[in-house]
Amino acid sequence: MLGKKLAGVGAAVAVLGVLIGLYVAAWATSQPPTVAAVSAPASSGGNQLTLETVAAIGPKYSPSHPDWVSYLARRNGKWIHSTIYTVPANSIVHVTVYQYDGDTGLRNPFLSQVQGTVGGTVRIDGKTLSAINPEEASHTFVVPQLGVFVPLPGVPEEAKDQCEFAPCEGAAHRTIEFSFRTGAKGRYRWQCFVPCAAGFLNGLGGPMQTLGYMDGFLNVV
Amino acid sequence: MHPGNRTTHYGSRRSGCWSLIATPLVIFLLGPILPPGNGSEQASGKVTDNTVLLAMATPVLLLVLIYLIYSIIAFRQPKGGALEGPAIRGDSKLQTAWIVITSVLVLTLAVYGTVRLEAGYGAGSGSGPKPLTVPKGPKLPVQVIAQQWMFTYRYPTYGGVETPHLVLPEGEMIELHVTSIDVIHSFWAYQLGVKADANPDVDNVVFVKPTKLESFDVHCAELCGIWHGYMYDTGRVVTPSAFNVWIHEQQKRFAPATKVLPKYSTTYLPEPTRRGE
Repeated sequence: MLGKKLAGVGAAVAVLGVLIGLYVAAWATSQPPTVAAVSAPASSGGNQLTLETVAAIGPKYSPSHPDWVSYLARRNGKWIHSTIYTVPANSIVHVTVYQYDGDTGLRNPFLSQVQGTVGGTVRIDGKTLSAINPEEASHTFVVPQLGVFVPLPGVPEEAKDQCEFAPCEGAAHRTIEFSFRTGAKGRYRWQCFVPCAAGFLNGLGGPMQTLGYMDGFLNVV
Repeated sequence: MHPGNRTTHYGSRRSGCWSLIATPLVIFLLGPILPPGNGSEQASGKVTDNTVLLAMATPVLLLVLIYLIYSIIAFRQPKGGALEGPAIRGDSKLQTAWIVITSVLVLTLAVYGTVRLEAGYGAGSGSGPKPLTVPKGPKLPVQVIAQQWMFTYRYPTYGGVETPHLVLPEGEMIELHVTSIDVIHSFWAYQLGVKADANPDVDNVVFVKPTKLESFDVHCAELCGIWHGYMYDTGRVVTPSAFNVWIHEQQKRFAPATKVLPKYSTTYLPEPTRRGE
């Protein structure tokens, strides 16, 4: 009788252990969906990546962290909550970022200068620049191993129609456009260097430390 | 004398002999290929230190291992019955020798390590803002700024220009000022034999004299967040003339960023942003 009870308890513990293991494995290996760059118009050539940055991702895209700052990517006409992008090797990638967040400022002003883009410049609301005011930075799109550093200025505080939650189409925003050349195949991480995680120590926790919000991978294939 | 004691002494002598023979072989064969190589005076010093440590540890290790193997063979349980081994009594000579030898080894290494650390101006490690010993002669100051998750470098004698990669001139004494602007990091330039804590609001001074024209790996050696494993870069040691050309190119290239950088300081403590608490 005692033996049967012990066997039952042992089996229950084993099943529970397996379930916990599966849960942990699923959590540890989960990652955002991948968004591939699409072919750019023939006039410009290369491939196009369209991104959006928002101050709060909202419950639609992230029920667990609706107030976290985040990037989104456009796929088939819809905004996807993803920071993993696929782009072709040895090609030109044109990036458009619709920036809906306010400014925060860079901890290291060095990153206010554009680097590694075609012409070493960025077009912000139609104006070509090689650097921005570091205090006006809202985010950055930086791929250190490719030498691509692009600062993204924030929406002025006084602007009307500030976006509350993603998707933010129609709200006040900055349009940032740049192009860069990819190199060899590989998996390169990219990240935001602005401490933009509201509510965390020095703005460096939460979405800055979680794949899928302010950092991700650039799969060069 | 009990026959078992003769066997024990024979085993000890055998272990001792093998240790004496094998130690020089290990030192001369392994010594030259020990890490981190000869990329700088400090790296070469570390190879020497590792060789000395190996020289002192090898006889102890061999003595123990060879005697262990010998004991397994010589004192194995004979077939056909369990026999009591010889009684083991206290051996004052052996105990004294053991205490004296280990004490001498440990104290020698402590003194050697301390002398080498200071004679080598910190031996490639950070010595804090006020190092006890400073090399004489001209030094090129270079600041290493760590942040989540990248190192950048400032050259205060070249207008305070900041660069995303570290380039150093061969044969010149470099005075690295390692700091962080957010969390704790560690600046590890492997082939140069440099490993120094990068802490916020701390100026950690490291001296290094590159002696070889080569590329070197830079890594963060302190778990510092999600992208810690990606906080790496490749630096270069170049000739002084190539360095001169490179640094002037950097001054020109990063002129817009240099204009907005804070005045050079040994540490920076950026104001909390409106997002940070």
